[in-house]
Amino acid sequence: MKSASLERSRTMSKVLTYAALILGTVIMIFPFVWMILTSLKSVPESMKIPPTIFPAELIVSNFSDAVASLPFGHLYLNTALMVFFRVVCAIAFSSMAGYAFAKLQFRGKGLLFGIVLVQMSLPSQIFIIPQYQMVAKMGMANTVFALVFPGIVSAFGVFFLRQTYLGIPTEIGEAAYLDGCNQWQTFYKVMFPLTGTSVAALTIFTAVFAYGDLMWPLVVNSDLQMMTLSSGLATLRGQFSTNFPVLMAGSLLAMLPMVILYLIFQRQFIEGIASTGGK
Amino acid sequence: MASITFKHVEKTYPGNVTVVPDLNLEIKDKEFVILVGPSGCGKSTTLRMIAGLEDITSGELYIGDRVVNDVAPKDRNIAMVFQNYALYPHMTVYKNIAFGLMQAKVPKDEIDRRVHEAAKALDLEHLLNRKPKALSGGQRQRVALGRAMVRNPAVFLLDEPLSNLDAKLRTAMRAEISRLHKRLQTTFVYVTHDQTEAMTMGDRIVVMKNGIIQQNDTPQTLYDRPCNLFVAGFIGSPQMNFMDAVIAKKGDAYTAQVCGNTIPLAPSMDKKALAAYVGKTVVLGIRPEDVEAVGSGERHDLEAKIEIAELMGAEINLHLDCQGNKLVVRAPSTYAGREGDVGALRLKTEKIHLFDKETEVAIAH
Ligand SMILES: Nc1ncnc2c1ncn2[C@@H]1O[C@H](COP(=O)(O)OP(=O)(O)O)[C@@H](O)[C@H]1O
Ligand SMILES: [Mg+2]
Repeated sequence: MKSASLERSRTMSKVLTYAALILGTVIMIFPFVWMILTSLKSVPESMKIPPTIFPAELIVSNFSDAVASLPFGHLYLNTALMVFFRVVCAIAFSSMAGYAFAKLQFRGKGLLFGIVLVQMSLPSQIFIIPQYQMVAKMGMANTVFALVFPGIVSAFGVFFLRQTYLGIPTEIGEAAYLDGCNQWQTFYKVMFPLTGTSVAALTIFTAVFAYGDLMWPLVVNSDLQMMTLSSGLATLRGQFSTNFPVLMAGSLLAMLPMVILYLIFQRQFIEGIASTGGK
Repeated sequence: MASITFKHVEKTYPGNVTVVPDLNLEIKDKEFVILVGPSGCGKSTTLRMIAGLEDITSGELYIGDRVVNDVAPKDRNIAMVFQNYALYPHMTVYKNIAFGLMQAKVPKDEIDRRVHEAAKALDLEHLLNRKPKALSGGQRQRVALGRAMVRNPAVFLLDEPLSNLDAKLRTAMRAEISRLHKRLQTTFVYVTHDQTEAMTMGDRIVVMKNGIIQQNDTPQTLYDRPCNLFVAGFIGSPQMNFMDAVIAKKGDAYTAQVCGNTIPLAPSMDKKALAAYVGKTVVLGIRPEDVEAVGSGERHDLEAKIEIAELMGAEINLHLDCQGNKLVVRAPSTYAGREGDVGALRLKTEKIHLFDKETEVAIAH
């Protein structure tokens, strides 16, 4: 008797859980599905009110139009280079700085780390103008370097890896020192290899952020050949009218590499996002 | 030649925390010396100064006849075993043991030979390809010893190496480390807060408190002739019993008045030292094993109420109260007295220790 009612309430709570999850999934996935559907509509149909759900006629030429209107080869390459160098820089500099903050004693450490924390807590938008001025003064606008520039050092990365290094027992570093390592060898032979999980997480976090970064590439590289996927696509939005089906087709093409990477590294992706607390 | 000498060594941490004020200590070549004392008394700091992990604020530290204050750890010919082992988690056991030699650019086949030799001595050969995570506590401990061994150091430094092990394993590793010392014939400096480890392993024990050496002697002397109340209470388990006593002189013999009873003091005690204390209150110390619980009809020195009787198997630990003085006595398990009874106690008077109540320094043994 009692166990039957217990069983029923368990089933009930399971049903509710699944219902909530399914609802959530639908809400999350709807824009993506809408994007695919729009990319196959004609321009008039895409703007019809009330909207249609399925395209009356499949306009596949939207994709070729998108490819024709943007230098996709350059955009892919610029994006890839930007993501790659931002990831490499974030790992290299955040690891070194994080290690120093966690394990070394030096004058002004507290103050410097305070500055890192302040930078981390401010919105990145407020740095865009000074950063642009720096790049422009260097005469480096419209280059891959310009795209990478704000990602060379990541305050978040420094903070995140400092936490990781704090978690490694000091004695391991001391053992390395006794084993004859100097400070640098202790770092790269013993300490850095122990941060694999965090480095993987930071890689994914940085890559996802860099890939989605729109504002900075748009500001710093005005030359279409030097744009990234995100900023390139943004140029498809006209001042007065926008060809939404072509924009959506282009966006789908831009998403392709990320989707493929995601499918390959699904598990690491999820763990990485979860452990950085991003999203 | 790897003796270690501290000459007026001071260690002050940033923030003006003086942990070791003025250390003078000589450790002979091939000696097994234990630094023992309560937590926070500066044992690790002292050991880490030998290792070169802590700067020396002032004074001189010699290894052999070389001043090593400014010598890098790797050039001091020492090896250290940490409490938490500090193995490199991403390296195999082999690489953990070999790492120091690789850093020193020792030829590969020589490294291989030494690693296998150490692994064999420590029964690690079947584990060489494992990572530390896949080892038990005892195995990790042995890897840490192996890592120290392969470098053929002149000095082994061990900082509470057994305190992360369970009681049974600790006993086994104690013997293993002692054997290792005999085999390697090098200087061992071993830090512990556990007096049992100190008593069983060391050639010599240095008892520390607040960064100051209290007594530095063989285990036997420390046990038989503790130089002050602190050492007397720290060495030995269960702890030595302490009671207030008044010294009296009767003819040529001295006595101690302890809670209403007169206890004769052994004639072997230093008479000159005692003379100064006649009529004064001192602290009388006697170890639990030097007090006999006897039948009430037999000759005895004290009577005390039994508060708790702990049966240990072959023995009973009696916790007694003698007019406010708490005592612990070991009695054979055949002893008839039970909780609530009054027990009769006979002291082995030649094992009595007397301490000055103010300075806590030993008066006579
Ligand atoms: N880096 C440090 N800075 C300041 N004080 C320290 C530092 N390391 C240890 N101490 C202090 O020095 C004292 C002795 O420490 P330690 O040598 O580790 O004691 P033990 O090993 O005998 O337990 C402790 O009171 C501890 O708080
Ligand atoms: Mg310690």
